[in-house]
Amino acid sequence: MHELAITQSVVEAVMAKLPDERITVVSLDIGALSGIEPDALRFCFELVTAGTTLEGAALEIARPRGRAHCRRCAVDFDLDVPILLCACGSADVDVERGQELAIRSVQVA
Amino acid sequence: MCATCGCGDDAGVRVTTVDGRFPLPQNHPSHPDDAPDHDHEHGPGHEHGHGHGSDPGRTVVLEQQILAKNDHLAEHNRAWLAARDVVAVNLMSAPGSGKTTLLERTIAESGRGLGVIEGDQETLFDARRIEAAGCPVVQINTGAGCHLDADMTARGLRALDPPPGSTVLIENVGNLVCPALFDLGETARVVIVSTTEGPDKPLKYPQMFVGAALVLVTKIDLLPHLTVSLDEITDAIAAVNLRAPVLPVSSTRGDGMTAWYEWLAALPRA
Repeated sequence: MHELAITQSVVEAVMAKLPDERITVVSLDIGALSGIEPDALRFCFELVTAGTTLEGAALEIARPRGRAHCRRCAVDFDLDVPILLCACGSADVDVERGQELAIRSVQVA
Repeated sequence: MCATCGCGDDAGVRVTTVDGRFPLPQNHPSHPDDAPDHDHEHGPGHEHGHGHGSDPGRTVVLEQQILAKNDHLAEHNRAWLAARDVVAVNLMSAPGSGKTTLLERTIAESGRGLGVIEGDQETLFDARRIEAAGCPVVQINTGAGCHLDADMTARGLRALDPPPGSTVLIENVGNLVCPALFDLGETARVVIVSTTEGPDKPLKYPQMFVGAALVLVTKIDLLPHLTVSLDEITDAIAAVNLRAPVLPVSSTRGDGMTAWYEWLAALPRA
């Protein structure tokens, strides 16, 4: 699954930025519309961090909600799945938030 | 193990030309296009902890995009393609939707100036078909991987060495989920769905269809044998992506292929 590649990217990025630190917490933003399943990410995290400076670190995942704007009726609305449909029936919708895929911060020992 | 392509494992990524030559070293210890770590965003008050005298329990704000490395490599690919006046199309679909057959027909009818990068977990099956059709081709085998990424694409492009003015068609690993997340540096994304899959795919896999610049509905010659109508399929696509044109085609019979060739020819060049 692609969450494995994503988890590997997280671990690699943290180790590149903080090569000599023991990491105790990793805080991620995984938007509701990002296409990443947090449970799958958690599953991979333990696997990928084994033997690294992140081994044993807690994984905190914030889930920013999706937010979209309808071009037809100009309404902003919440969105939890990437089905871009406004209540007015228009599919002419722009996603404004919810696609975040970022490492917010880490805690070092 | 390389975090982007998993090389270094037994099931690592391999880039092959169909006569069995390995034009690039398979175990690459470094990525030549790696950028220095200067492109992350700095939040206010962040620190680069370089391991000297850190306080216990210190929070280090990183504000780093997880896919920053892949996205950076993708931009390198974009620049590489633009410098050569080459356009690249990322073709994605479920396994068995007809990507390779579409390419075979495309090569046969408008074969000049095309090159192909094939992506599969294993085998050279698809690359051999493209070679038999008379088109330059490179096969990327991802091993355990479920999608192509920018690093694999960079290796494939270097192996293919497309000439100026050409079009590279990248046939991604058959998968409607994972490839959607990975920018390859392509000019455009084309998603393929076949009539035999019925109308459900766009709503079941919205992230893939939302990102499409074009949707091809293949195997329209089989419609008389199916209960689904073309309208049901195009309505389902429109429910998820209103802006992408939808072209119904039959790669075996030839229906609708001219519109596909015209779309390819009209792709913007740098």
